[in-house]
Amino acid sequence: MIELKGLTKVFDTGKARLTAVDHVDLRVPAGEIFGIIGYSGAGKSTLIRLLNGLEKPSEGSVEINGQNITAISGPKLRKARQKVSMIFQHFNLLWSRTVRENIEFPLEIAGVGKEERRKRSAELIELVGLEGRETAYPAQLSGGQKQRVGIARALANDPEVLLCDEATSALDPQTTDAILDLLVDINKRLGLTIVLITHEMHVIRKICHRVAVMEDGRVVELGEVLHVFQHPKENITKRFVAQVTETEDSAETVRHLREQYPEGQLVKLIFVGDQAEQPILTQLIREYQVEVNIVHGNISHTQRGAYGTLILQLKGTADEIAKALAFLGAHDVQTEVMGNA
Amino acid sequence: MLETLFPNVDWPAMWEATLETIYMTAVSTLFTFIIGLVLGVVLFLTAPNQLWANKVVNWLSGAFVNIFRSIPFIILIILLIPFTKFLIGSIRGPNAALPALIIGAAPFYARMVLIALKEIDKGVIEAARSMGATTWTIIRKVLLPESKPALISGITVTAIALVGYTAMAGIIGAGGLGTLAFLDGFQRSREDVTLVSTILILVIVFAVQFVGDFLTSRSDKR
Ligand SMILES: Nc1ncnc2c1ncn2[C@@H]1O[C@H](COP(=O)(O)OP(=O)(O)OP(=O)(O)O)[C@@H](O)[C@H]1O
Ligand SMILES: [Mg+2]
Repeated sequence: MIELKGLTKVFDTGKARLTAVDHVDLRVPAGEIFGIIGYSGAGKSTLIRLLNGLEKPSEGSVEINGQNITAISGPKLRKARQKVSMIFQHFNLLWSRTVRENIEFPLEIAGVGKEERRKRSAELIELVGLEGRETAYPAQLSGGQKQRVGIARALANDPEVLLCDEATSALDPQTTDAILDLLVDINKRLGLTIVLITHEMHVIRKICHRVAVMEDGRVVELGEVLHVFQHPKENITKRFVAQVTETEDSAETVRHLREQYPEGQLVKLIFVGDQAEQPILTQLIREYQVEVNIVHGNISHTQRGAYGTLILQLKGTADEIAKALAFLGAHDVQTEVMGNA
Repeated sequence: MLETLFPNVDWPAMWEATLETIYMTAVSTLFTFIIGLVLGVVLFLTAPNQLWANKVVNWLSGAFVNIFRSIPFIILIILLIPFTKFLIGSIRGPNAALPALIIGAAPFYARMVLIALKEIDKGVIEAARSMGATTWTIIRKVLLPESKPALISGITVTAIALVGYTAMAGIIGAGGLGTLAFLDGFQRSREDVTLVSTILILVIVFAVQFVGDFLTSRSDKR
């Protein structure tokens, strides 16, 4: 478990004093994938660097699994860092070392013997799917492959916490998804706590359990990803959510839809994450005498299920439509009748 | 054939002078490498915001490097005569040239080491720190390997400069091809001796350059 109490970092650059992190209190339970989102300069990198003691706080404390990171230094801190590893936006691999040698680097630091290092690096190479590239140099790898090396290297000493500083920001969308899948896989398999920072809501949506929104060094909103998606409070949060879902359909669009689909009944389904939309729709179509047309949809998949809205046109007898709606209700899908034609 | 082209050249003496030049260059390059590397690393690590940030040490090493880099070599030799006498016991011969050669070249190389280290991506140093590396480990396993091509090409340039310095030292009696070209060739108007000495110096320079370039490109995995 990670616990931040009143964590503050002030940079004193000659004349200007800049509060990069401002009294942040957070608790991240073990095994969670915790996201921190914020715009450039919000203090995300500073915050994450405080977690492994690369930066000393001006105030407050960081506790990781009962150890106060801010109170230790020297060999103790170096030992602790082996259990709180980090991956970076620009990978930060040693170009003078091969893939395997890069992965073995933290093991060398930890004083692991040669044979054991070789064995461990082979396992890690397999875990991140880089078999066959052991002797390649970073310059010969794609961005996604480099980040896989970064991840393998970070996992070498069996850390308890993995810190990711914009780990996918230098990658294309497809590679980003692959790397995120790998992180989720690692989180599930190794029970690792992951703290990741990003400015992309897509990343939060795809893998995080909880999210903190940071602005000017402060955490302005915090909660379950799904909850934050559904009920963003702060304006900044709303803007981030809008990155992945267009919000509420206006009266205008409803009227427009009704004109386009004059027959049957328009129903808006709201998925709140505990159910997958596809099996429910399949069942609806199979078991009820209604004709279903998908008119409009905006579904996001989060770690805790689907979130979003789906507008359906249902055609059939009033009786069958009522039964269909009852079925949806029974499966925890909120429905909203948008009007008859 | 050689006799007619270069009537005044004493080949065994020429050969011996060549060996002396190679000896002076090799020994001074070795010490320059070690001292310059240490100085360069100290300059780098004691700079503000670095691992050993220390104003006093940084200023002192910086001043040392800048002063000795700026003194013209020929003057440095003269200034160092008492020091050389004390250290070597004589101011003539190849060994007597070494202190001046090393003190003249090490600061020059230290600068190049500093530039090479500054080129290293800060991120990799940060990554090593995040893994719990000690500063010593960072020097050995990050700073030096990551800047290896620049360190090698730097010492190549320095070694070539040192070949030139040995020739200059030769004029005041250090021995080697410089002495031969100056005393035997120039002062006695034997152009053929000067010419052969020059050719041999060029051969040494090209050989150093070739080996240096080869090692540089082999170490560069970027
Ligand atoms: N070493 C430093 N000295 C002075 N100011 C700093 C230092 N590091 C960061 N800052 C300042 O602290 C603020 C927060 O920086 P930080 O790097 O944490 O932002 P960020 O949220 O990670 O931004 P980005 O998304 O661009 O990476 C910025 O205004 C930055 O200029
Ligand atoms: Mg940042």
